[in-house]
Amino acid sequence: MLMKTTNLKARLSSAIILTFFTGISLNSPAQEHHDDHADHQDNHSEEAGFDAGEMIMHHISDAHEIHIIGDLAIYLPVILYTEGGLEVFSSSHFYHNEEHGHYTNAAGEDEDYHFYTHDNYVMFHEHIYYRGDNEVITVDPETGAATNEAVFDLSITKSVAGVLLTCLLLVLIFSSVAKSYKKRKGQAPKGLQSFMEPLILFIRDEVAIPSIGSVAKAEKFMPFLLSTFFFIWIANMLGLIPFIGGFNVTGTLSVTMVLAALVFVITTFSGNKHYWSHILWPAGVPLPIKFILVPIEVASIFIKPLVLMVRLTANITAGHIIILAFVSLILIFGEQSATAGYGVGVGSTLFMIFMFFIELLVAFLQAYVFTLLAALYFGEAKQEGHH
Amino acid sequence: MLSVSIGTVLWSSIAFLIVVFILAKMAWKPILASIKEREDSIDDALKSAEKAREDLSNLQSSNEELLKEARAERDAMLKEARATKDKIVSDAKERAEAEYSKIVSSAKEDIRNEKLAAITELKHQVADLSIHIAEKIIREELTADEKQQALINKYLEEAKLN
Repeated sequence: MLMKTTNLKARLSSAIILTFFTGISLNSPAQEHHDDHADHQDNHSEEAGFDAGEMIMHHISDAHEIHIIGDLAIYLPVILYTEGGLEVFSSSHFYHNEEHGHYTNAAGEDEDYHFYTHDNYVMFHEHIYYRGDNEVITVDPETGAATNEAVFDLSITKSVAGVLLTCLLLVLIFSSVAKSYKKRKGQAPKGLQSFMEPLILFIRDEVAIPSIGSVAKAEKFMPFLLSTFFFIWIANMLGLIPFIGGFNVTGTLSVTMVLAALVFVITTFSGNKHYWSHILWPAGVPLPIKFILVPIEVASIFIKPLVLMVRLTANITAGHIIILAFVSLILIFGEQSATAGYGVGVGSTLFMIFMFFIELLVAFLQAYVFTLLAALYFGEAKQEGHH
Repeated sequence: MLSVSIGTVLWSSIAFLIVVFILAKMAWKPILASIKEREDSIDDALKSAEKAREDLSNLQSSNEELLKEARAERDAMLKEARATKDKIVSDAKERAEAEYSKIVSSAKEDIRNEKLAAITELKHQVADLSIHIAEKIIREELTADEKQQALINKYLEEAKLN
């Protein structure tokens, strides 16, 4: 069982290595995987040893560990809220207890699955359930999801760790920047301060003030907008740094949901009379049209933050998927023959380098777009009537 | 990835909100304040520089005006001085002329007086001379006619010289 984990991790880590050092030993991961494949069949690809889809999904999904390379992983604390109170233990207990099972799906095919157990709990696809009475875990043949009773999971997952790391970086960076402002009062910026100042000015002068309307009104939203922009930007870039576990913080719906929900709450609470009358009883519109317009406007209150949430998640995740797909390409071809692997590896690596640059741009762009739209929504809520 | 985990939501919102509050207090407020302060001070500096330049040009123009005024005053003073000088000269000339004519007229008077005095003197002398001559003639008559005649002629000639 321990072997399984090691093999899986070795496979993933070689993918990461290959991202940077293409084709050092293209045969070995494939070979290794073939051995792995011999006693553990993958869900979909019976012929192909390497399952690109699973590898990619594993990378962009949340996990209870930060997998660095090979056997090296940071096991994060699992925090469960149960009837018996809070239970806290290391996720290594799960990851060192892998078990396998299989079920017949709706199409009548035999599907394998693996899961991790500890005490009374089972972790299946990174979700934690109570152990079943008869079978440890029961899988719904229609959806492939576990039907066990879910545990209220408050664990510090990889995404939460990413959020905390981003927050720590934010506080460290900007407390240092603030300190240099205090130390060099009235002087030209220097060092980190001069790197951050144009960005702060950009958010203030190009995003907040034009979107919200006036300097005085924008001032109130500046802390949120600046925090959001830098949080998203740093989190996006955190996801691009290799060998730190491949964080996908802003590609996690739960995280972007928090940001979008805050935008929704702030917009709703700062909405003035004009904003609400515009939504609930638009002036200068014939009555029959009002019946169509008002539901649309009301829906838009919720749709706007939802779109913010989905856009950020989708963009960041898509970027990760593309880069991982290029890695998979090398591995798939490497499985056929070493030469093909090397050949594809060169092209793939060039594309990956290109994608990394694009992703750096997207990291900034998405942070900017999220902040800009949030500022526009705040501006709308604060707009004075001029009909 | 696409399923929402309540745990993640909970931790993220707690962490993010705390960071927003920490940064708002510790970073954004002082940073934005000092940026604004610096912008204001740059603005002020630019404005005061503009003002100084304006002042300078004002000063220059007022200097010029002052110079022009001074020049005009100097011209006026010169003109006045010239007029005074002319007046003094002409006055002096007039007075000198008057004095001159007065001196000349008094000199003429004096000359006339002297002349009159001289004539009177001459008359007295002539009279005296005549008396002398007459006396001598009378004395000669007593001696000879020719001598008398010659003497008379001599005296007459002498008298003609006068």
